[in-house]
Amino acid sequence: MNLVHADPKTVLTGAHFMDGNHAACEGAIAAGANFAAGYPITPSTEIVERFAARAPLVGATFLQMEDELASSIAILGAAWGGAKSFTVTSGPGFSLMMEHIGFAAMTETPSVFVDVQRGGPSTGLPTLPAQADMMQARWGSHGDYEIIALSPSSPQECFDVMIDAFNFAERYRNPVFVMMDESVGHMTEKVVIPSADRVLLVPRRYTCLPPSEYLPFKPSPDGIPEMARMGQGYHFHVTGLTHDASGYPAINAQTQQELLSRLVGKIRNDADKIARAEERQIEDARIVLVAYGITARVALRAVQLAREERIPAGLLRPIVVWPFPEKRIRELAGQAKAFIVVEMNQGQIVHEVERGVAGRARTVLVPHAGGAVHRPEAILEVIREVAQWA
Amino acid sequence: MGMTTAVNPVEPLLRSERMPHLWCPGCGIGTTVNCFARALERSKLPLDKVAVVSGIGCTGRVAGYINLDSFHTTHGRAIPFATGLKLANPDLTVAVYSGDGDLISIGGNHFIHAARRNVDIKVICVNNFIYGMTGGQVAPTTPLGAVATTAPYGSFERPFNLPFLAESSGAVYVARWTAYHVQHIAHSMTEALRKKGFSFIEILAPCPTLYQRRNKLGDGLDTMRYYKERSVIKNGASTRDLDLDFQGEITVGKFVDVERPTLQETMDRLYRQRLEDRYFGWRQP
Repeated sequence: MNLVHADPKTVLTGAHFMDGNHAACEGAIAAGANFAAGYPITPSTEIVERFAARAPLVGATFLQMEDELASSIAILGAAWGGAKSFTVTSGPGFSLMMEHIGFAAMTETPSVFVDVQRGGPSTGLPTLPAQADMMQARWGSHGDYEIIALSPSSPQECFDVMIDAFNFAERYRNPVFVMMDESVGHMTEKVVIPSADRVLLVPRRYTCLPPSEYLPFKPSPDGIPEMARMGQGYHFHVTGLTHDASGYPAINAQTQQELLSRLVGKIRNDADKIARAEERQIEDARIVLVAYGITARVALRAVQLAREERIPAGLLRPIVVWPFPEKRIRELAGQAKAFIVVEMNQGQIVHEVERGVAGRARTVLVPHAGGAVHRPEAILEVIREVAQWA
Repeated sequence: MGMTTAVNPVEPLLRSERMPHLWCPGCGIGTTVNCFARALERSKLPLDKVAVVSGIGCTGRVAGYINLDSFHTTHGRAIPFATGLKLANPDLTVAVYSGDGDLISIGGNHFIHAARRNVDIKVICVNNFIYGMTGGQVAPTTPLGAVATTAPYGSFERPFNLPFLAESSGAVYVARWTAYHVQHIAHSMTEALRKKGFSFIEILAPCPTLYQRRNKLGDGLDTMRYYKERSVIKNGASTRDLDLDFQGEITVGKFVDVERPTLQETMDRLYRQRLEDRYFGWRQP
C-alpha cells in the first residue's frame, strides 16, 4: 500500500506540554482529518473545542451538531463527500451513536469515533474516569460486525493512535474507535509531534475504473471495495440495507451471508496484522498482568513493586484492544501460570483473556467501579496472593 | 422513413434496472419522483454534481431509484448526513428526499436545526399522513380524527403544520403541493434546486393501501379527485394559516422565497473577518 506524508501546513511539529484530549485533536489534524462534528460532553469536549479553533487554520470544517445522532452521521456524510472525518464523545453520547456505528460498518465508511470514557451507567460520573465502554465499542450496535479499537495510555499515545485510527479506517473502510478515558484525556505531559514527513498516512482507496465498469461494493482481492469520488458521474448508491456488489438492496439470505462474511472477515482475517501491544518484563513472567489505557500505567507500577519482591510478573498492554490479541494471550498461556486483568470496570476484557487462556492458566480480575484509578498497592496485593500458587 | 422510438424523457434519470419499484398502485411517491426528474432536467444543473439523500420508509426508497450519487441512510438522519456531505463537498447540490415520519417525527430535531442554520440543502417531504412501510401507524402529520393502526379510534393529537414549522425554523424557500399538482411540484422543485439555502417542499400524497383504505376514502384516484376539488392555491399565504383538517380544504402554493446567507457563507465570512489571512479556506477533498 502506498503511503503519503502528512501535510506540513497542518502538523504542529515540536515538543509540547498538552493533555490527552488536545493531543488527540492534533493527532487527528496530523492524520489529515478535515471534518469533525460533535456535541459537547464531559470529559471529551476539549478535543472538539481545539478542533473548532484549529479547523479554519488548516482547511478543515467543524460543526457542533444538535445531538450525537446528528454528529455521528454528519461525519459519515462528510466521509462520502471526500473528507477524513471524526467525532468525539463520552458514554451517554456514545450510546446515542450506536446506530451510526452500525451504518458505518454496513456501508464501509471510513470514520473515527473517539470515546473519552467516564463512569456509568447513565449519567454516572461525568468528570471521573472509567473503562466501562469497552464492550459497547465492540458490540454496541445491533447485528454482526467487526471494529478496530485503540486504547492510549498517555497524551503522547493519544496523538499517535489517532494517526493509526485514521489509517485503519482508510485501510479497512471501517469505523475505528479511540477508547480513551478521563484520566488520559485530562492528563498533561510532554507530547512530541514529529515533522510531517514522519507522519505516514493511508490514502483513501479510490477506484481507477471508469463509471461503466465500476461496482461500488465489489471487493478488491483483499476483500475491501474501492470507493468512487462523489460528483464524478459514478452515480453509485449506498444503503444500510443488505446489498450486493452493485450497492443496491438485495433482501435475501444468500446476499446477507456473502456480505456479512466479507464485512466480518476483512477485520478478523487481518487481526494479527492489526494487533499492537506493549510488553514489559514478559519474557520470564509467570504472572501476566493485562491492562490498557490509564490502568496499564498503574499496573506497570504494580509489576515493578512485585519484581522488587522477586515475583516474576510482567505486563501485556494491548494498544489495539479490538480485535483482541487472542493469539498472543494463547502463546503466553503456555508460559504463565496466571493472568491478572486490571480494568476500570466490573469485568469486560477479562472475558476475552479467559477465552484466549482457555483454561490453561488461572485468570483473575482486579476490577474497579471507576471514579479513580486503581492503587498500585491494591494490585500488588492480588499479585502476592496469586504468586503463592502461581 | 425511419421509425422513431418514444423515449420517456425522464428515463435517463431513473435506474431502470431497478424497476418495477416497490410502491403500491395509487401511491403518490412515484408521481413526485417523475416531477423531480423533470425538475433536475429543467434546473440545468450539472447532474453529476447532484446527490440525493433519503432516510427510511417508503419515500426513503427514492434515493435508490434516481440515477445519481445517492444515499439511503438511517431513520430520521438524512438531514445531518446531507449536512456533512454538503459541508465536505460544497460543489454538490444535495437534495434530501424522505417522508413525513422520517423527516418530522424521528428526524424533527435535525429538520429544525438544519433550517435554522440555513444549510444549503433541498428537503422534499412526501407527506402521506401515515407510516407506510411499517403498516399504517399514526404520524405527527396524521389529521385529527383520522384512523391509523396505532390510533384505531382516530388520532387525538394535533398534527404539525409543516410549512409553518419550516418557515419559523428558518427555511428560505417553503412550498406545499399535492400529488395532483404535478406541474407546480416540478416548478417548485426546479426553483428549490436552483435556490441557495434550506429549501422545503411538502407534497401531500395518497397512501391508498394504508391511509385512504382504513379511513374509507377510496383509492388513489378518489384522493386525486379530493386534491383537485379541495385544494386552493394561495401563493404567499401566511404559513401560520396552513393547518390541515381531516378531508378539509388544502391550501397549496409557494409561501416563502427569501434570501438569507447560507451556513457556509456565514461561516466563511466570519472566518475571513476574524482570522484574515490566517484563514486557510476549505481544502477540497
